[in-house]
Amino acid sequence: MTAATAPHDHFWLTFRRSLAGKVLLTPKGGVAGAYLLVLVLIALTAPWITPYPFDQQALPLANRPPSLANWLGTDEFGRDVLSRIMYGARTSLSVSVTAISVSVLVGMALGAAAGYFGGMFDRGVTAAVDLSWSFPEILIALILVAIIGPGLHSTMLAIAIAYLAQFTRLTRAQIMGLKGETYIEATLSLGASHGHVVFRHLMPNALAPVIVCGMLATGDAIILEATLGFFGLGAQPPVPSWGAMMSSGSALIFTAPWIIVFPGLAVAITVVMINLFGDALIRALDIRANLREG
Amino acid sequence: MALLTVENLGIDIHGIRPLDGVSFSVDKGEILGIVGESGSGKSLTALSVIGLLPLIGGRILRGSIRFDGIDLATLPEAEFRRLRGRRIAFITQNPMTSLDPVMRIGAQIDQVSMLHLGLDARAAQARSIEIMAQLRIPEAATIYHHFPHQLSGGMKQRIVIAMALAADPDLIIADEPTTALDVTIQAQIVDLLVELVRERDVALILITHDMGVVAQTCDRVVVLYAGRVAESDAVAAIFERPRHPYTRALIGCIPRDETAHGNLTGIPGAVPSVAHYPAGCRFHPRCPRRGAPCDHIVPVSAAMDGGLFACHFPENSGVAR
Amino acid sequence: MLSYAIKRLLLLLPVFFTISIVIFLIIHMVPGDPVDNLVRIGSTPEQKAVIAARYGLDKPLHEQYVIWLTNLLQGDFGNAIVMRRPVADLIAQNIPYSLALSGCALLFSTILGISVGTLAAMYKDSKLDQVVMGGILLGSTLPSFWLGLLLILLFSVQLGWLPVSGARSWEALILPVLTIGLGGTALVARVTRVAMLETAQKDFVLLLHAKGLPRRRIQLRHVLHHALMPVVTILGLRIGWILGGAVTVEYVFARPGLGTLLIKALSQHDYPVMQGCLLMLAIAVMLGTLVGDLVQAAMDPRIRHSMS
Repeated sequence: MTAATAPHDHFWLTFRRSLAGKVLLTPKGGVAGAYLLVLVLIALTAPWITPYPFDQQALPLANRPPSLANWLGTDEFGRDVLSRIMYGARTSLSVSVTAISVSVLVGMALGAAAGYFGGMFDRGVTAAVDLSWSFPEILIALILVAIIGPGLHSTMLAIAIAYLAQFTRLTRAQIMGLKGETYIEATLSLGASHGHVVFRHLMPNALAPVIVCGMLATGDAIILEATLGFFGLGAQPPVPSWGAMMSSGSALIFTAPWIIVFPGLAVAITVVMINLFGDALIRALDIRANLREG
Repeated sequence: MALLTVENLGIDIHGIRPLDGVSFSVDKGEILGIVGESGSGKSLTALSVIGLLPLIGGRILRGSIRFDGIDLATLPEAEFRRLRGRRIAFITQNPMTSLDPVMRIGAQIDQVSMLHLGLDARAAQARSIEIMAQLRIPEAATIYHHFPHQLSGGMKQRIVIAMALAADPDLIIADEPTTALDVTIQAQIVDLLVELVRERDVALILITHDMGVVAQTCDRVVVLYAGRVAESDAVAAIFERPRHPYTRALIGCIPRDETAHGNLTGIPGAVPSVAHYPAGCRFHPRCPRRGAPCDHIVPVSAAMDGGLFACHFPENSGVAR
Repeated sequence: MLSYAIKRLLLLLPVFFTISIVIFLIIHMVPGDPVDNLVRIGSTPEQKAVIAARYGLDKPLHEQYVIWLTNLLQGDFGNAIVMRRPVADLIAQNIPYSLALSGCALLFSTILGISVGTLAAMYKDSKLDQVVMGGILLGSTLPSFWLGLLLILLFSVQLGWLPVSGARSWEALILPVLTIGLGGTALVARVTRVAMLETAQKDFVLLLHAKGLPRRRIQLRHVLHHALMPVVTILGLRIGWILGGAVTVEYVFARPGLGTLLIKALSQHDYPVMQGCLLMLAIAVMLGTLVGDLVQAAMDPRIRHSMS
């Protein structure tokens, strides 16, 4: 071995042992990671890289099948389906990631407080969580949309609230499990404040499962966003969203199936990739037991 | 020819080899103790004999297991299955988890005699209740209809024993049958097993980590350490003059106090894990008598006065350190 | 067993009241005056007064709730604003379609899911297991409305075998049931497989092998029985998901049903219809949980004995 390659080898070894290495060097994790990276890049740079503006209408070119000019065809207003899917990635990702982030943060705060302090607060939170747990997210989202009206903001809020129970429940269970550990009791008996125990000792340990769960929920949230969009209750025209594209396309299923097939494919592939990535992450972190169904 | 003779047994589980050259034999009416700390390969030896290694992804690599003239190591599964529960019975470690919780206990005993003896439901029930009564289970006919969660641990272990006896086996393998039970119940169960061997003339392999139990019940004993036989001999002989330092250490660990469990506080260190077996004699890192060859030369089994031991510097043998 | 069932049923009462309060409050949480939300646009003050009196809108909130709930329990769900009919009639008309769809989908996913999951567990790590696992991943990630559209495209548009939409014949049920059922099948198969593999590790299964029982009999009689208990729980909990899927799928296939009615009510801001549909779906979810619990108790003597 020459001196020049040594730091490189060192870097390689460190990477291979790091969490990122453990995830990305598996076939599933690598493919899924690469796809998600490309998707995020497309979403960020959509205004500059799409072949056509997302709202450029050309009625004479309406409902054209895929061609060299429009790789994925055109919709009923002659807009380029590919360009709209690329813009749609912006909508889908920003809505679902924002909503799930809010949900994770609020859920962790509620779950941690309930699990740590117990008492009436815990019972109230647990009752509310159990109640909404047995209802499908889509129904909760529909109720919320009924109250606050359709649109992207209410979609975000609906998704955030629909998944709140899941993160609250998970964080609470994690905190409850960790609370009994001897080292926590020891830290408390040494005079540490509750805040110190929660933020320095409990939360870091509870974080990994919640993050992975949030990752998987982002996939579900993309579907939920698309479903609400499909019902016409999500993104309002002309904002392109995968669900809304299919909603307008479903009437044209006989004449122009590409209008619904490709946005749906984008949803499906993205969600499958998120799940594969989440699986690789679970395996790398070795936390399957914490996330078991039930 | 003994009923069961195991010779030079070696097994493989997913590429690791936890047993290496294990040999012993047991005859009808005899109780053989297999003793060692956890991780020494006792339970794997038991699984090998009843042919259930494939369940945990293992297989027999070499050696032979001869049972009444049949070589179990090469016996096809279909034939082995007819032997299992019929001629070789098994008693598991934890009675709390060994019974199917959703099936009435009577039916669980019936299964064995219906399967192996071809009894109909009625005859099987009569037989099961009779065996339960023999095992001094009070109100056997009522208990027969209970579910496992309605019984105590000691009672459940009696049910497991009843299942083992249901087809009149020739050999019973009991894998730490009392570890999970209260101390007072432990003695009852051990006494029950001894009584069975004497009355029914079956062979019993009693797996335990407790030399005290061995002293009270067994005729002969095999001391396992890290997948190898350290020493084997008649119980009286081995207590009188243990050759292997590990045997001596085990004997030294017998709790004087009835309530204490026989954990091996007397021996510093722990059994090495299968992946990290040391070279030479596997006991040498913990051995008070170790010498020059111990860390690279595997000691050969030597026979002396009817016993076997594998040690470079045995005690009580005139060989100087 | 009967006392267990009654106890479970009583435990559901507080859940029912909580949900009914949430649904009742919808009308007060939406922007605008409740009266305006309950009458047609352009109604006269007299018409508004009739509605206000009917719902007791001038009274305190808790009295309004009691009036609303009493009416509900007497089968009076109010009148649809846009659809101009009693909500109870609308629901009664739509519910059989939803029941048929959800029931068939549930049956389909249970039977297929358990069979596939059992096979995958029995032949773990084989080609079959890998195919099943791949199918489970797809089945649980594909958006159900898109799957429905694809099925329409394939079987109705391309092959012309099955009707595109509607509910006139039993053939019209096939594609919707498939659409919901594939997701449900994936869920059931996943839980069955994991539960089978976990149960197979238990001590009592080792002892069953030691008793000489045939491997297949152990798997199908003992291990499967235990594996089905979590499956039943999940199914009971997820009946809501199947109904949720039905909401989407009814809309895609333009089938009558509670889901289509609900989406229509949502887009028309028809609050009494919305409330009625949501309440029916909520009751279905609760009953699903109850049935799941009862089936589980029937399967596990420990649960039966712990409650009575």
